[in-house]
Amino acid sequence: MDRKAGGVFWLAVAWLVLVAALAVSAAWWPLPAPDQIDWVRLTAKPGDGGHLLGTDSLGRDIAARLLFGARVSLFVGFLAPCIGLLAGGLLGILAGFYRGTFDALIVVIIDTLLALPRLVLLLVVAFVFGSSLFSLTLSLGIVIAPSVARIVRALTIRIAEREFILAARAAGASDAAIILREILPNVLMPMLVYMLVITALVIVAEGSLGFLGLSVASPMPSWGGMIAEGRDVLAEHPHVSMIPAAVMFLTVLAVNLLGDRMRGWLDVRESQL
Amino acid sequence: MRFVGGKFLHLIVVILAVTVLTFAMLDLLPTSAAYAVAGANASAHDIAAIQEDLGLGDPALVRYGKWLAGVLRGDLGVSLVSGQPVAQAVASHLPATVELVVLAQLFTLLIAVPVGLFSAWRVDSRFDRFCSALGFGLTSIPSFALAMVLVYFLALKLKWFPAVGYAPLSAGIWPNLKSLFLPAVSLALVEWVILMRVLRSELIATLQEDFILLARAKGLPAWKILLQHALRPSLFGALTVFGLQVGNLIGGAVIVEQLFALPGIGRLLLAGIFAQDFTMVQGCVLLIAVAYVAVNFLVDVGYGLLDPRVRCGGVVRG
Repeated sequence: MDRKAGGVFWLAVAWLVLVAALAVSAAWWPLPAPDQIDWVRLTAKPGDGGHLLGTDSLGRDIAARLLFGARVSLFVGFLAPCIGLLAGGLLGILAGFYRGTFDALIVVIIDTLLALPRLVLLLVVAFVFGSSLFSLTLSLGIVIAPSVARIVRALTIRIAEREFILAARAAGASDAAIILREILPNVLMPMLVYMLVITALVIVAEGSLGFLGLSVASPMPSWGGMIAEGRDVLAEHPHVSMIPAAVMFLTVLAVNLLGDRMRGWLDVRESQL
Repeated sequence: MRFVGGKFLHLIVVILAVTVLTFAMLDLLPTSAAYAVAGANASAHDIAAIQEDLGLGDPALVRYGKWLAGVLRGDLGVSLVSGQPVAQAVASHLPATVELVVLAQLFTLLIAVPVGLFSAWRVDSRFDRFCSALGFGLTSIPSFALAMVLVYFLALKLKWFPAVGYAPLSAGIWPNLKSLFLPAVSLALVEWVILMRVLRSELIATLQEDFILLARAKGLPAWKILLQHALRPSLFGALTVFGLQVGNLIGGAVIVEQLFALPGIGRLLLAGIFAQDFTMVQGCVLLIAVAYVAVNFLVDVGYGLLDPRVRCGGVVRG
């Protein structure tokens, strides 16, 4: 999987570009609105009555719902890791650089937040913050932050004892300058590589919340919610669940493939150093 | 002993912090608790009376102290919705979760250990590459989507297993196992991958050591080298992952519990969230966190059993 080049990688890129393009242009396609109900064709098979991918048990067009659901998945999948990286990265760097009481406090907080299964923490945080798209993204970011903080703190501690930090300090650099110019660039690269792994996790997490009925509120479609809605008709009309499940699987797989490849590149570079 | 003592202190600190967190988290919404009890048609007077009743008028620290004292006596309060003691509700939902965890991790081990052994023994063989690729694909499937596929084929089409529902042990061991099989398999199909990867890479490292060369030179059969010589020193990472997985499944299996209608802790928590039942959520979160921390403590103690160097504070590779 690591050495086989090109083909799979570009397929993954193509799929993600396609999903992103469709999500952005969702409103411009000649499709029914995602919450428009076709009373005549409930759970229509793909292709029936002009419904490209069929309809769900309420007669809503699956293709249209997939496109609008992609917006939620991609929005959350992009922004939540950013929030998590920013918050967790900041705390991790400060804790690892300054150590002492502040560090001890951060470590206890990290350990406490990580003492809950991620999904449970997410459920509780989402419960406290509510379920608009914005608060959902915030909740996901908060849930990611402790893991990021833990990794960044460990990286920072290792970097802070290297000679070039000592050199910078001897040259009279302030703490802020050392953090921004010496530590940040060295922490950023590994974290950006993790970003794609986190994105895949976030898309799945949003899907899980959607599946439990706790993602964005009802008229707005989410992939996880679509999979859950097909459960009651799974025996007779499996396509209602299976199509969104397949789309979600392909998307997560594509993100994971990209992340895997990027990690490979970074490892090569580090081993050449 | 000093090693275990230090870990135990850490355990106590984290558990204390967890109690503060769970308490503070739901304390952010003190009035809503009263609203949740009173229902939609309550007057302002009712709300005030309920707030008084729940002791919501006291300062936060006092309420935390009272709550913690109750927790130490095993009293988690009563459900705001049903009036049932939370401790009792949690206890009645534990068996399903524990059974699910045991069965899922049993399946995980049954897949991960043989695959890890074979893959490490013949690195880069067709089998090794196939399992890596399969694992990569499986970890990209959300557990609920995988569970739906399994339900469709094994429960709805082939009718081998019930699609939903839980038969308690008292209903007989066979129906009980049948009702837990699909949930456990849908968890195990994702979990074995991570365990296998860790085990495989550690085994590969171990297999290059001199004592393995000696074992080979003695002409020992492959299974003997793998099981009697290589496996035990390669279990550190796997033990950690295994512990994390067990901790994660107590409450974290909420989706599978919900999908298969298993009366477990995760589902109790979810129901509490939907019903805005604050005390129930608090009780569940506390139990889940304590279980998670306790499992990881046991893992730390397990290191000491695996390798005496840990017990004496020596250096351990990897």
